[in-house]
Amino acid sequence: MSKTITIDGKTIPFEDGQTIMDAAMAADVYIPHLCHQPEFTPHGSCKLCTVKVNGRNCSACTFPAMDGQDVLSETKELIDDRKKITQMLFVEGNHFCPSCEKTGNCQLQAVAYHLNMLDNHFPLFYPDRNVDASHAEVMIDHNRCIFCALCVRASQQTDGKNVFALSGRGIHKHLIVNAESGLLKDTDVDVNDQAVHICPTGAILVKRTGYQVPIGERIYDHQQIDQVALASEHPKHGK
Amino acid sequence: MANKIRVATTSLAGCFGCHMSFLDIDERMLQLVEVVEFDRSPLTDIEHCTHCDIGLIEGGVCNSENVHVLREFRNNCKILVAVGACAINGGLPAMRNHIPLEECLNEAYLDGIGVENPQIPSDIELPLLLDQVRPIHEVVKIDYFLPGCPPSADVFWKFLTDLIEGREPSLPYELVHYD
Repeated sequence: MSKTITIDGKTIPFEDGQTIMDAAMAADVYIPHLCHQPEFTPHGSCKLCTVKVNGRNCSACTFPAMDGQDVLSETKELIDDRKKITQMLFVEGNHFCPSCEKTGNCQLQAVAYHLNMLDNHFPLFYPDRNVDASHAEVMIDHNRCIFCALCVRASQQTDGKNVFALSGRGIHKHLIVNAESGLLKDTDVDVNDQAVHICPTGAILVKRTGYQVPIGERIYDHQQIDQVALASEHPKHGK
Repeated sequence: MANKIRVATTSLAGCFGCHMSFLDIDERMLQLVEVVEFDRSPLTDIEHCTHCDIGLIEGGVCNSENVHVLREFRNNCKILVAVGACAINGGLPAMRNHIPLEECLNEAYLDGIGVENPQIPSDIELPLLLDQVRPIHEVVKIDYFLPGCPPSADVFWKFLTDLIEGREPSLPYELVHYD
């Protein structure tokens, strides 16, 4: 008999080696997440996928599924926590959606829509951050970086390069690139690298493509992120 | 009808785009004014709030006058609503927040391209600028938030009809946009 966990009372099978997130996604159960993409080593940093496992809070993307686990996800308490986390992500950076070309295709925004987040709740931080537009085809807008490290992992694990890294701690944490000048143009990044296209927000953008799809006709304008994620992200060991 | 619901509106550090979007409810405005009476608002030109049921605030606070107006609204409105991106997070005006105020003024009034007779306005009638543009929930308690740049006419309509008909206001997925 195969091993199972329950998520919000629903029995879900899993294979050894799968995390709770893997098992959930394979069973078409969406757990909100931003720093996780199934093809990369889990990072466990955004904490949006926090679930209650046998009474304790864990990140679903890093926590191994084990037989008989009782997992709670869509409880009022956890949904409220996720909304607060998303609000903190918004106030910590400079996320001005009306002036961002990623709007409508942005996963940070889409998770906020999914959680029906209507306000920021917290005081705004308005950090002083730069834009690196040095590269001919790719730009980094540090104002929008949420430190998910997806670009770091994609560069290492898919592109076979080492273009991005996170540096500093706490409020001083920031994305850096692998060049003595600190500029993207002096790295070996290529516009076709997966690292360039994996950014869940508008922090890494391909130049001159931002408005090819009009606002109002973008991914999350009519589809919720749970549907999009379940249809496009394929966990380990397949569906 | 006696005892109409009293609504006040204002634009602080906003562009009046939210007010224009409100007017996009078009002929539904006729239904609205059956039950609603406008108090202080750019639509009525009334200059100060009296006691109101609902206050709609567009824009964040960028100067001392914005703060006074916001407090007047809070003191007079039972329900105060942050309308649009700027009221909620400062919006595009807040993109000046990481530039020192003096540099902003110099660029606008002294060194900018095409400036004639350069001088920084300092008339006593002019409200003083704040060093940063701030969202309104940092200044007064806000009861409801309508995101969007601007919120669509349907957002205004859904919110106001919910309130007027005694329901807890809620916005379905299709009406929640930050852009």
